[in-house]
Order: sequence, then C-alpha cells, then structure tokens
Amino acid sequence: MNESLNLWLIPVLPLAGAAINGFFGKKSSRTAVSVIALTFCGAAFAWALWVASQFSSLSQIPHQEYLAHWIRAGSLAADFAFYLDQLSLVMLLVVTGVGFLIHIYSVGYMWDDPGYYRFFSYLNLFMFFMLTLVLANNYLLMFIGWEGVGLASYLLIGFWFTKDSAASAGKKAFIVNRVGDFGFLIGLFLLIQHFGTLNFAQVFDKIRPIAPETAGAGLLTAIGILLMVGACGKSAQIPLYVWLPDAMEGPTPVSALIHAATMVTAGVYMVARSHVIFERAPIALTVVAIIGTLTALFAATIGITQADIKKVLAYSTVSQLGYMFMACGVGAFSAGIFHLMTHAFFKGLLFLAAGSVIHAVGGEQDMRKMGGLRTYIPWTFMTMGIATLAIAGIPPLAGFWSKDEILWKAYQANWIYWLIGLITAFITSFYMFRLLFMTFFGDYRGQEVDAHGHAHATHGHDDHGHGEPHESPAVMLVPLMILAVLSFVGGWVGYGDHFGHFLAPVFGSGQATEAANQASSYTEYLLMGVSVLVAVLGAFLAWLLYVSKPFLPRMIAEALGGFYQAVLNKYYVDELYAKVFVKPLVDGSTSILWQGVDRKVIDDSINDAADGAQHVSDNVRHMQSGNLRSYAGWIAAGAAVVIAYMIWLGVGR
Amino acid sequence: MVPLSYYLVLSGILFACGVAGFLIKRNIITIFMSIELMLNGVNLSFVAFAAHWHALAGQVFVFFVMVVAAAEAAVGLAIIIAVYRTRETLNVDQVNLLKL
Amino acid sequence: MSVHLVLFLAFAAIALAGAINLLAQTHPINSALSLITVMAALAGEYLLLGAEFVAAVQVIVYAGAVMVLFVFVIMLLNAGVEERTRGSRVAIFLGVPGTLLGSVLVAWILLRHSGTEQVAAGAWTDTLAQAPAQAVPGSPQTIGPLLFHEFLLPFEITSILILIAIMGAVVLASKPPSAPVPPKED
Repeated sequence: MNESLNLWLIPVLPLAGAAINGFFGKKSSRTAVSVIALTFCGAAFAWALWVASQFSSLSQIPHQEYLAHWIRAGSLAADFAFYLDQLSLVMLLVVTGVGFLIHIYSVGYMWDDPGYYRFFSYLNLFMFFMLTLVLANNYLLMFIGWEGVGLASYLLIGFWFTKDSAASAGKKAFIVNRVGDFGFLIGLFLLIQHFGTLNFAQVFDKIRPIAPETAGAGLLTAIGILLMVGACGKSAQIPLYVWLPDAMEGPTPVSALIHAATMVTAGVYMVARSHVIFERAPIALTVVAIIGTLTALFAATIGITQADIKKVLAYSTVSQLGYMFMACGVGAFSAGIFHLMTHAFFKGLLFLAAGSVIHAVGGEQDMRKMGGLRTYIPWTFMTMGIATLAIAGIPPLAGFWSKDEILWKAYQANWIYWLIGLITAFITSFYMFRLLFMTFFGDYRGQEVDAHGHAHATHGHDDHGHGEPHESPAVMLVPLMILAVLSFVGGWVGYGDHFGHFLAPVFGSGQATEAANQASSYTEYLLMGVSVLVAVLGAFLAWLLYVSKPFLPRMIAEALGGFYQAVLNKYYVDELYAKVFVKPLVDGSTSILWQGVDRKVIDDSINDAADGAQHVSDNVRHMQSGNLRSYAGWIAAGAAVVIAYMIWLGVGR
Repeated sequence: MVPLSYYLVLSGILFACGVAGFLIKRNIITIFMSIELMLNGVNLSFVAFAAHWHALAGQVFVFFVMVVAAAEAAVGLAIIIAVYRTRETLNVDQVNLLKL
Repeated sequence: MSVHLVLFLAFAAIALAGAINLLAQTHPINSALSLITVMAALAGEYLLLGAEFVAAVQVIVYAGAVMVLFVFVIMLLNAGVEERTRGSRVAIFLGVPGTLLGSVLVAWILLRHSGTEQVAAGAWTDTLAQAPAQAVPGSPQTIGPLLFHEFLLPFEITSILILIAIMGAVVLASKPPSAPVPPKED
C-alpha cells in the first residue's frame, strides 16, 4: 500500500477537539468551544469526503493503512490499523456527515446549558470512538471503538447527572451494553482460539474455505450467535433493548446522534462486517432474522401508546433496527446497510426536529400537552413532515426504497418475515403520523410558556419575553433542512440496485442474483404497491383517531383495558428484569460480597491484624517495667539461652 | 600444679555470685559491686589462661579490664550520686519512672 | 598435695567466702569490705599464676582506688540498710534459673574437658627479645615492652577513656544549679 490517505486523521481530529475542549473548555468562551468542536468535526467530515473522492482511484480495495504497532502475542497480532472498503466508506460518510450536522445543531440547542464545553468534548470523543469502530481493521480495535462509544453514550445520557433519572439511565445503558459485550468478547475469544487472529482480512480468509454448517450448530454458529449477542446489546434488540428508551434522558442531539444515527447502528455494521461468518452459519443467521423481526414488531406496538415524543422515537428506533437485522438475517446485508443510511437521515431528522419542538414549547415533552404547533413552528413542521413520510415508506422518499428492499428480500427468504415486516410497517406509519398529528395539528393544549421558558425539563432554554411556542434559531434549522433534503433524495441511490452493486464487492456472493431479481420483478412491484398502501392506511387511521375523531383513542384504550395497560407499560419488561436479574444480583452482592467478603474477610482481617498487634504489644509492654532487676533477669535468661545454643552448636559438631 | 579447670571453676563461681547479687540485691551500690565481682571473676580466668597457654596478652588484657572497670566505676558512681539527688533513694525498685 | 594447691585452695576459700558474704550482707559497707577481701584473695591467686604485675595493679588500682571510691560514695550518700521492697518477679523466676542454667552448662563444658589440659611447654610466646632472660614472665620487665609496643594503641585509648570518665564523673556528680525535684512516690 504505497498510497496513504492518512486515514488516521479522521478519528484523531475529533479526539484532538475533545481533548482541547475537555482541558481548556471550562475557561473558554462558548464561541471558542463551538469553533473548536465544529472545526475538528468538520475537518473529519471534509477528510472523509476527500477520501471518498479518492476511493475509486485506489489500487487495492480493501485498502488498509497501518498506523502503529499494538499487540503482538504469539500468533495474535492486532495493530492500530485501518481498513477501508465500500462498507466502511458508507459508514464513514454517514457518521461524519450526520455527526457534523448534529454538532451544528447542538450549538443552538445547548447554548444555555452550563455544561456546554463538556457536551462538545463528549460529543467529539464519541465521534473519535465511532470512527475508530468503523475504520478498524481488526476486531480488537473495533472493540475499543465499541466500548468507547458505550462510554461516550453513558457520559452523554447522564449529561445532566444531577438528575437521578438521568444518572440511572446512563448506568442502565452502560450495564446492559456490558452484558452484550460479554457475549461479543467470548465470540472474539473463540475466533482467537480457532483462527489465531482477529484481523479482518486474515480471519475471513481463513473462514472462507469452511463449508456452511447446514448440518447443525458448530463453531461458526457459536461465534455468530455470540457476536449477535453483542449486537443485541449495542443495537438495542430483544432482549437487551431496555436501555434505549431510558436513554432519552439525555439531551436531544445525543439521542439523534448516538441513539438513532450512529452508535446503535454499530451492531448492524458489525454483523455486516462479519457476514463471512454468518453466511456459513445458517442457524445463526436465522437467529439474527428472528430477533430482528420480533423486535421490530414488539417495539412498534409499544410505540403506539407512548405519550412522550422522544419515547415514541426511541421505540421507533428499536423497531427500525429490527428491520436492519431482519435484512441481515435473510442474507441481504447491503439492504440492511442501505436502510441504516436512510434511517440515519430520517431518524436523525426526527430527533432533531423533536428537539426543536421541545425547545419551542419550553421543555415540554408530553405530546398530550402539545398540538396545533404547525402555525407556530412551520419550518420544524415541514421538515418533520418530510421525515415522517420517509419513515412511513411513502415514495419517492428515502425510507420507501430501503424498507421496500428489505421487505422484498425478506419475502424471498420466507413470507412470514415479510408479513410481520408489513404489519410493522403499518404500525410504524400509524404511530409516526400519530406523533405528527398530535404535535402539530388540532389545538394547542400546552400551558403558556412562562417567562423563563421552563416547563419541566432542565435543559437550557433562552429567555423569551412572550409565552408562545417559537421557532428555533437558524443554527438549529439549517441542519434540519439539510437532513430533510437527504431524507428526500437519499434513497435514490437504491434505484436499480445501484447501492447493492456498490456494496457487492464487500458482500459478494451471498446476495440473491440478478437473474432471480428480474425474473420476479412483477412480484416485486406488487409487493411495493402493497407496502405503500399499508403505509397510507396507517396514516389514514392516525388521521382518523387524532384529528377527526380525537375522542376515539380514549374509548379504544378503555375497551382494551388490561391489554392496553400492558402495552403502555412496555409489557412490564423492565419490571421483569428488575425482579429476575437486578434484585437477586443486588441482594447477592449486598449479602455475600459486601457483608461477607468486603466486611468480614477483608475489613475484619485488617482489623484483626491491628487488634492482634495491639494485644501482643499490650502483653509485651509489661516487659518494660522500669525495674532494673527485671531487666537483669531477662538478660541473665537470654545469656543462658545463648550459651546453651553455642554449646549445642559446639557439641553437635 | 593446679589444673586449669580449678581456676576456671573458681572464676565461674565468682561470676555466678556476681550475677546473683545483681539479681537479688536492692541497693544500687551493692549491685554495682556485684558487677565488679563479675569483672574480677573474668580477670581470674584471663590470667589463668594466660598462664596455661604461655601468652602474656592475657595479662595485658587484664590490665586493660581494670582500667576500664575503674573508669566505669567512676562514672557509674557519679550517676548514682546524681540519681540519689533527684530521687533521694538508693533502692533500685523505686527508680522506675521508665515504666510503661 | 603441693604447696601450690594448698595455697590455691586457701585463697579460693577466702574469695568464695567474701563473695558469698557480699550477697548475704544487708548493709552496703559490709558488702564493700567483703569485696575488698575477694580482691585481695584474687591478688594472691594472680601471684600463684606468676602474674606479678597484674597482682600489684589489682591491689593498687582495684582494691586501693576503685573500692575506696565505693566506700566514699557509700559514706557520702549515707547508704543504710537496704529495706525490703517488692522486687521483680522476673528477676527471681527468670533470672535465677537462667543463671543456674548458664553456670551448669559452663561447668559441664569445663568438666568435659578437664583432665586433658596440658601446660604448654616452651617459652612464653609473646615476650620480646629485649626482655631479660631470667625475668619472671608476668613481671613489669616483660609486660612493659608488650604494653608499649603491641598494645600501644589500646593503652593510649584507655588513657583517653580515663580522661573522659573523669570529666563525666565531675559533671555528673556536681551540684545542680537549682534545688532538686522531690521524687514522686507512686
């Protein structure tokens, strides 16, 4: 590799920004902090664009660059080295592009927050880790990025750490992630044990000749399932999704960047990167597909009932991630990545717009207290509307192309996947339009925004003298508009399967062939029509329930009674986990580890040592009586002992 | 000729008497004198060995022991006088301010 | 039963009697006089062993100066009969058995080797050539050169030691500038 694109600059630039803001930000002005953060993040984005422009002229793809030596242990060699192929290029552009837009947005959103410099430091730190994850050329470096984004997520979710719920949410995110990471690590250990290396190129070269394990579960199935466990943790799939709704405690730009566009997609990226393993382990692939499908449906049903605008979006994210895993699970990795990209656009936009809404109504997040906002905040309304159309899958916006690609591939694998995906699409459309209608249509149900602009959230909010919802500043609106454009046109790369062709060198022969595609194009168009119809039906139902007949939802909820309560309470999963896992662990920890080991063994042993020393010295101190004769007695006795010893020595010889 | 061991036994007995006096007696001056007794016993054994092995170094050593004993007696008695001045007693059991 | 043996036993008896008397007496002056007796007896022993110079020094320095010092101090401090005070249990129960044990061991060792000693024949090993041939070994003529040639350094050091001891004794025993603190009876 004689041409070097200096790939290392892309992660390191945000790291430098994080360091500068972290160390010097407290004393600097907000402008300085913003300039530093945006410059370094923007530089990373610009470099990524330049790398993209140079991509086609690279002599060898995948292109690897070696930065520094790290671990050499026997046959295991893991270095600070970077890997660039079509897949990582797509991820790179998505992460840096959407990340940069969100940085710009955050300047406006977080302007009044006292922890301004800390926020940008953490945000840049997150970019560093995420870019390391995406560009790594071996699993170990990817794992560093993996853990690092978990750390950044914890720091950012618990950004307002003085609030108990935020601190707990941060903890929950980190711990649940850790459970997934445990599985990931065991998968890595298996890879090391059986293939002796974690380097992507080498590992996959070693695995490629192995025949698929169609007969039953084997080593590759085990590795695949363990890697999937890690992906479940990071990408919030069943059963490790519980942290994502709680993560909405963090500021909205954090939710947009980390929990919509980038970090949660790391799991999908990892599964796609490991497609060589999964393609040879059909059972693992089926597991991935089933988990993805079920999660998609499950989360969508919860999203129907939620009243908090961000929670709806959180469950929507979980559901869309389920789609991506479903795609990977049926072997359509490029479709999964395509949906990842479009999802970054429209989900990022949805979150940012939701932030704009929250900013407008002075911190209120409950949709029941919103309404009729489209007259107050038209720009936000328009961009959010575009995003809603995109996520619902209305052509020609981005979401339609990617979601349809997934449904088509799912249908080719097994019609049950397609059916569940279709039902989920219906529900998705329904709850997204529900969100849109509740927020922007009807009458404004919120209280007057008071002079200080706080309803219940603690985030900073600029003072406005009047009490009406107001539009966000330009610094927040411009990213919204850019993302809206992307949500509109972003899917057009999928037309004619261009995107799939672009990624074909990566995913190679695992895809359905061209011939099969063209042969049943009639079916494909039919299915496309069905999904559009379903999306429109969902929108219509939402309009019915929330605009024309707003009394209906209450009636339906009461009619469904207990079932509705269960869905509203997220099927009591959190309570179940608390009872089955958390409580025994905490009790066991308290009684065994704390009282037993820490107190009795460690503390008591030290205390007993001290007491023992005290007892011994208590008894020995009587020797120092100040009495000359007792000293003489001791001396005489000691002398006798010494004489006896010397005689014994002499005699024994 | 008197065998060497006789001298050594006498020396040993004198030494043992000195140690016993050191342990038993309560008057500090008497204790000091017991020390002198011990030294004398040792001196005797030195001279006996010097005679036995025809080495004059033993006798020279006795000379030095005496000199040192004299110096020690002088200083020790001065200390006893000083202690007597402050504690007004020669009973060694009552000079126990160093007791813990 | 040679004369030597008889004389030895006589002097030994006196020395032992003096030593035991030192332990038995209650008044320190009696103990001092007993000690003087012991020293005189030992001087006799030294003479029996041919150590004239040492015997003379014993009488002059030890019995004549050191013990006189002791007696002076006893008179100065007006030491009386020592009263019975509660002694130290350690001294009695640990010290006396210890002493006994030590003595027994030493005696045992000595008796193991008794009967095997031989008086080494031949000339005294470290007399100097310039000593007169007919001088008794242990006389000043033989000890003197030894003292001032091989043992010159210890000789000079001991003279300094005496000097220091004199200064120390003077300082320690001098009257303190203020009245003494009365002892605290506990």
